[in-house]
Amino acid sequence: MITSRFLRNVLIKGLLLFAALNLVWAVFNPSLGSLSSYNILFKGRERLPFGEDSARSYNLSLYDLDAMFASLKLAGTQKSPDEFRVFVIGDSSAWGTLLKPEETLAGMMDAAGLKTAGGKAVRVYNLGYPTLSLTKDLMILDYAMQYQPDLIIWPVTLESFPRERQLLSPIVANNAQRVAKLIDQYHLVLTPPVDNTTFWDKTLIGQRRVLADLLRLQFYGVMWSATGVDQTYPTDYEHAARDLEADTSFHDWAPPNLPADGLAFDVIQAGMQAAGDVPVVMINEPMLVNTGKNSDVRYNFYYPRWAYDQYRQAFNQNCAAYAWTCLDLWDAIPQERFTNSAIHLDPLGEGMLVEKIIAVGILNSK
Amino acid sequence: MSLINILILVGLSLAIFVISNFDRTRALRKPLLLTISTGVIFWLQPALPIRGLDFWLPLATLALVGLGWLLTSKPEERNSSASLVTGALVATVVLVIALTRYLGMTGVITPSRPPQTLNVIIVLTAVAIITCFLYKIIRIKSSLPYIIGIVVLLSIFVALKLPVLTEWLSGILRLWNGQSRELASALDLRWLGFSYIAFRLIHTLRDRQNGRLPAMALDEYFIYMLFFPAISAGPIDRSERFIKDLRQPFIPSADALGAASKRLVVGLLKKFVVADLLAMIALNGANALQVSSTGWAWVLVYAYTLQIFFDFSGYTDIAIGMGLLMGIKLPENFNTPYLKPNLTQFWNNWHMTLTQWFRAYFFNPLTRALRSAKNPVSVWLVILITQVATMVLIGLWHGITLNFVLWGLWHGLGLFIQNRWSDWTKPLSARIQAKPTLNKVVTIFTTLLTFQFVALGWVWFALPSMDLSLRVFGRLFGMGA
Repeated sequence: MITSRFLRNVLIKGLLLFAALNLVWAVFNPSLGSLSSYNILFKGRERLPFGEDSARSYNLSLYDLDAMFASLKLAGTQKSPDEFRVFVIGDSSAWGTLLKPEETLAGMMDAAGLKTAGGKAVRVYNLGYPTLSLTKDLMILDYAMQYQPDLIIWPVTLESFPRERQLLSPIVANNAQRVAKLIDQYHLVLTPPVDNTTFWDKTLIGQRRVLADLLRLQFYGVMWSATGVDQTYPTDYEHAARDLEADTSFHDWAPPNLPADGLAFDVIQAGMQAAGDVPVVMINEPMLVNTGKNSDVRYNFYYPRWAYDQYRQAFNQNCAAYAWTCLDLWDAIPQERFTNSAIHLDPLGEGMLVEKIIAVGILNSK
Repeated sequence: MSLINILILVGLSLAIFVISNFDRTRALRKPLLLTISTGVIFWLQPALPIRGLDFWLPLATLALVGLGWLLTSKPEERNSSASLVTGALVATVVLVIALTRYLGMTGVITPSRPPQTLNVIIVLTAVAIITCFLYKIIRIKSSLPYIIGIVVLLSIFVALKLPVLTEWLSGILRLWNGQSRELASALDLRWLGFSYIAFRLIHTLRDRQNGRLPAMALDEYFIYMLFFPAISAGPIDRSERFIKDLRQPFIPSADALGAASKRLVVGLLKKFVVADLLAMIALNGANALQVSSTGWAWVLVYAYTLQIFFDFSGYTDIAIGMGLLMGIKLPENFNTPYLKPNLTQFWNNWHMTLTQWFRAYFFNPLTRALRSAKNPVSVWLVILITQVATMVLIGLWHGITLNFVLWGLWHGLGLFIQNRWSDWTKPLSARIQAKPTLNKVVTIFTTLLTFQFVALGWVWFALPSMDLSLRVFGRLFGMGA
């Protein structure tokens, strides 16, 4: 027979045990991100986890880089001596919004069966991640270096450059310590984000969202393995705007000149340093060049002509000044190949881009 | 129901547990149960796009229950003043909920802002006048009123479960409300708990018709029908058992609290941890088309098989746990159904209160009717007809669509085949049972076979079309793309 005393003791002991567990968790703050069911129970993912409609895309956005990388095929692939390992970093156009994994820049390059001049098989991994911020790209590049790349391809666009945008990407905002370290290490002209994590945030209760996301990511491994789906592919998406407002402003800036230090080229420089001896190919990525209403004022939804032209000039000047390997492919793809944004390509557009990159011969000297 | 909903309901149950602990407040248990149960049907009612409907449907539930009581209570057993108090309490709850429209532009208790108070008062007055009128005049001498009552309930049921009819009805209601008929959808008429309330109403109507229904006061009838732990997912209790618990003075004990806590914790874990995780990988209309291999197709089917069990039995555990906190021992609904060695036993242990209901009010009467027919029907045909008809009806209860009919047929034919097989192999079974080791091996094999059969049956249930189900069957057995 259960007595009130017994119930009271169960309650008190249970609460004490729970409190103790929370405190121990907060003190040791274990990182579980690298424990992954991917590459063991389920096949590794082709690109970093990102998803806004988890139930349909079998994917979700989380901010634990350990967990994100551990879910990738890359993490489960031992580099062989005859492999030439290429990483593609960048924004949603590199990640492949509306594209299947095999239709992305990395997917198509990987499937092309390329060989280096030295006879190594070129394996290309997609490390793009949606949201526009060079600092986000730098953080991923810095983390990815442990996977021994031989070449890094880094497509960028002007929207990733404004200094004010650098820390806005949620993945950057949620990795404050890591980003602050990068800012300090590479002397970036950015205000280090303040890490507001309190002791309570580190308890089990405070970490419940993080832990739940980690568990959900593992469970979605079943659906990823079963279906190969990692995003939704709506057929009736809204196409990138062709007719535009006659607005000449870009962020808070008005013509005629972009502010001297407004664009974060120092983050690119940091990326080069983080890559060390590994060559980095910068690509000024293709964008939609409109011919619709007010196309004399703006190239597309993102960019007024004056701002983009100045950016291109600055991009090419920096490439020359620092001897970066750069490809300026801004107008390489016809406008009908863009999908729901001025930087997202359809599979045919990606194919054209791949051809152009291969044609430049970036692998010939390897 | 969300976790927050459930935690609030558990809190309310605990409040009744505490109140019942004191002699001075113990008598409040029944009025509190009535008040809370009445309020909960408004609170849990899903939001509907047809203006005001998410308020009128719960009100219609109350009217149906009141009418049910008038039909099933004997005039000589009614207590006018007690009934009046109950009626007034229910009407007050409705009015208070209606008055929350002045607390903001969105619903406070209801999913959307309640309708104009004057309209609510007019409807309440009309319901009260009709009820009082029927109270005075109703003297049932024949079975006809019960039959009419059952037909009305079944008609509403069909209107809610047959998508074409539901959409048509939604169109009419939208037109009446001055809303676009173009947007009419079968989802516009989601009526909280109607399926379960209809079962309880039919049960009381039939039992009253057969003279088996115990006398119930109006408040007891309302509480039985609307008992909030069991309003959305059962179990379907029998009135005589429920009333016995309700009438017994409830003295809370540590035992009751311990048993309730255990059921609640187990139920919450089953529903919100196991079932919700399995739901992420369970077979559904979208992933059925996407799955790329036979092995993974089986994983999805098994995930659905386990998810539906943990989800449903989790809800049952929660309902039973809440009931225990209020001195009501709701019946069990699941008894390890996937560990049963044959389909008959599976159905004796899966959603038990539903199958018992169908057995009592459909299967047994139909069997009796067929056996006592002027032109006797052979035994095997009686079994075939009754099993298939019962299971198809259980399927239709989930929705009047082809996939549920096919699921019912699957189980009906399965039960028939199993029945005939058991009959045919009786001597062999007796010999096997005499050898314990062999019996154990055979039991394990038949349990796995039964589980497999049930799991495959869920394919019909989970997917909206026969075409899709057939494609999944093809994939499961290595055929088709």
